[in-house]
Amino acid sequence: MEILLQQIINGLVQGSVYALVALGYTMVYGILGLINFAHGEVVMVGAMVALVVIKALLASALSPVLVLLLSLLAAVSVCMALGYGIERIAYRPLRHAPRLAPLITAIGVSIVLQTLAMIIWGREYHAFPQLLPNVAHSLGGAVINEVQIAIVLVAVLVMLALLLLVHRTRLGRAMRAVAENPAAAALMGVNINGVISTTFMLGSALAALAGIMVSANYGIVHYYMGFMLGLKAFTAAVLGGIGNLRGAMLGGVMLGLIESLGAGYSGELTGGVFGSNYQDVFAFIVLIAVLIFRPSGLLGERVAERA
Amino acid sequence: MLRNSSTLLLSALLASTLLACSKSEAPHAAGDELVVKIGAAAPLTGPQAHIGKDNENGTRMAIEDANAKGVTIGGRRARFELLSEDDQTDPKTATIVAQKLVDAKVNGVIGHLNSGTSIPAARIYNDNGIAQISPSATAVAYTAQGYKTAFRVMANDGQQGRVLGEFAVKKLQAKSIAVIDDRTAYGQGVADEFIKAAQARGAQIVAHEYTTDKAVDFTAVLTSIKGKKPDLLFYGGMDPQGVPLVKQLKALGLNAKFMMGDGGYTPKLIELAGAAAEGMYASLPGVPLDQMPGGRDFAQRYEAKFKQPIQLYAPYCYDAVNVMIDAMQKAGSAESAKYLPELARISHDGVTAKITFDDKGDLKGGAITLYQVQQGKWHAIETVGGAPAAQH
Repeated sequence: MEILLQQIINGLVQGSVYALVALGYTMVYGILGLINFAHGEVVMVGAMVALVVIKALLASALSPVLVLLLSLLAAVSVCMALGYGIERIAYRPLRHAPRLAPLITAIGVSIVLQTLAMIIWGREYHAFPQLLPNVAHSLGGAVINEVQIAIVLVAVLVMLALLLLVHRTRLGRAMRAVAENPAAAALMGVNINGVISTTFMLGSALAALAGIMVSANYGIVHYYMGFMLGLKAFTAAVLGGIGNLRGAMLGGVMLGLIESLGAGYSGELTGGVFGSNYQDVFAFIVLIAVLIFRPSGLLGERVAERA
Repeated sequence: MLRNSSTLLLSALLASTLLACSKSEAPHAAGDELVVKIGAAAPLTGPQAHIGKDNENGTRMAIEDANAKGVTIGGRRARFELLSEDDQTDPKTATIVAQKLVDAKVNGVIGHLNSGTSIPAARIYNDNGIAQISPSATAVAYTAQGYKTAFRVMANDGQQGRVLGEFAVKKLQAKSIAVIDDRTAYGQGVADEFIKAAQARGAQIVAHEYTTDKAVDFTAVLTSIKGKKPDLLFYGGMDPQGVPLVKQLKALGLNAKFMMGDGGYTPKLIELAGAAAEGMYASLPGVPLDQMPGGRDFAQRYEAKFKQPIQLYAPYCYDAVNVMIDAMQKAGSAESAKYLPELARISHDGVTAKITFDDKGDLKGGAITLYQVQQGKWHAIETVGGAPAAQH
């Protein structure tokens, strides 16, 4: 029983991170119909920037909480600028090009960012300093530490805030309008370019946050870390229904749980035939199954609204 | 494009170092100079890039030493050039890289770093009759393909896995053992040999789980292993996975001894895993660096040159190049076809050991050393076997 509980905790923590990153994919897709493959690298840049700030401030007398907040601030600002820059340079000139063109530039941006990070920060792994005491708590036999609790709580709060922003504010209404019909929105006086830039910046801010969470959880930072995470988060976004905010959240948490339970139990349930080496296969089988029965993901793409 | 430009940059760099070298020496007419191209292949990008760069450094150091010292092959002054390629730890890319080196007409290849890449690449080098010395591929399968062109300067996993398995059961008194491997040729190979040896000595394998060489989260498999309460956990894989694995193991409160093969024996692992690495075990073919014939001197020169400590296999790369040059000198030719017979019967006093090959191309009498992390440092605790040069 405690094993099951532990696997659920593992899945929730992992899933929260997936969900945060998946939101970045889904927001951009919802508005532009574009898959921003460079998003995983933005997560990595966020982690790297945070690491640089933390290393610089570690020697100073500032309190660890303040250092963490400052590093978060720096990472979020740099990533927002980066997100804005990516959209401005790689996507905006291609907005009316065939759909394949921006997809290719997206992959290009991803490779450029990864290589730049390799040149700037080196090929080696960096240790991400542990700033706050990370006490492990026992929960009915399962173990959860404070960083993990923080990851889940922050992810939930940020997602609620994002939902409020999209559904209750003027900016959110503009975003939804652009998603539904950019031409009509423009006629109604919505600044389309501004809205799109803001969307990229919001997604990148979430990516920076996710980058810090992943680094704090695993304690290591590497220029390659965004690749796999980006791929998994993209899967989560598709699972939940790309373009749909609640879908990305649900998809992320579900993917985390499927992976964790799949790796933990598939070996036992199949008598060792499908062991934990099928962890990723298992996740993708679920994805395929969902897409067969619900082609637009669990909660559905917002096609109906897109006129 | 990317690869072309990096080769261009590399050759530009090489050219400039060579220019710098030639200034201090007596000028040679270009005609009587023998250009010897040494190919090197290792992952220079991706999760294992730090180990791959270390391999390249070791190879580069040997080549620059040889150029500075001045080597004559068959009466002609030889000038060595390094062609370094990135195989991304990917078996498919490795074959492309191997073909590229073949097309560049290299005289010999130092590589690849991983077993999974060395094995498919060996076939291409064999088909083209080019000598290949892997500094670090330890999977038994690498030399078991029967290619006369494939050599390695390190004991294989048959020996390594056996030593690890015996040590786990006899010295650490492990009765129930859990194993995770990364499904690469190396990780799977060393884990399978470990399991065989441990079972032969009466230990029970309670779980065998799997991961990949790109994973960072192991909480799910570790949780499932925790339920089986093993005394010891063995991981067959490299340090990028070893770090999060050992941290998550401690975080989940899994009270088992932790052990890895040579893929875990890096200073980086301790730096990154910190306190979580304390008490873990790893092995490395060969005797400890400070007991190697020229180990201490090599380490000092390496650190002075590259401003970083040796990660893992640099001394083996250094030896691999020198064994190759030695064979070329004995044969009086840099052609693989001419010097391969000399390579097969070479006896070379290297930095790591006295190097002689058996008829498969494996290192004869290779030693294996077991290490433990004590107070944040790797400490040698036992060396098994070894060539005569490795007395201590």
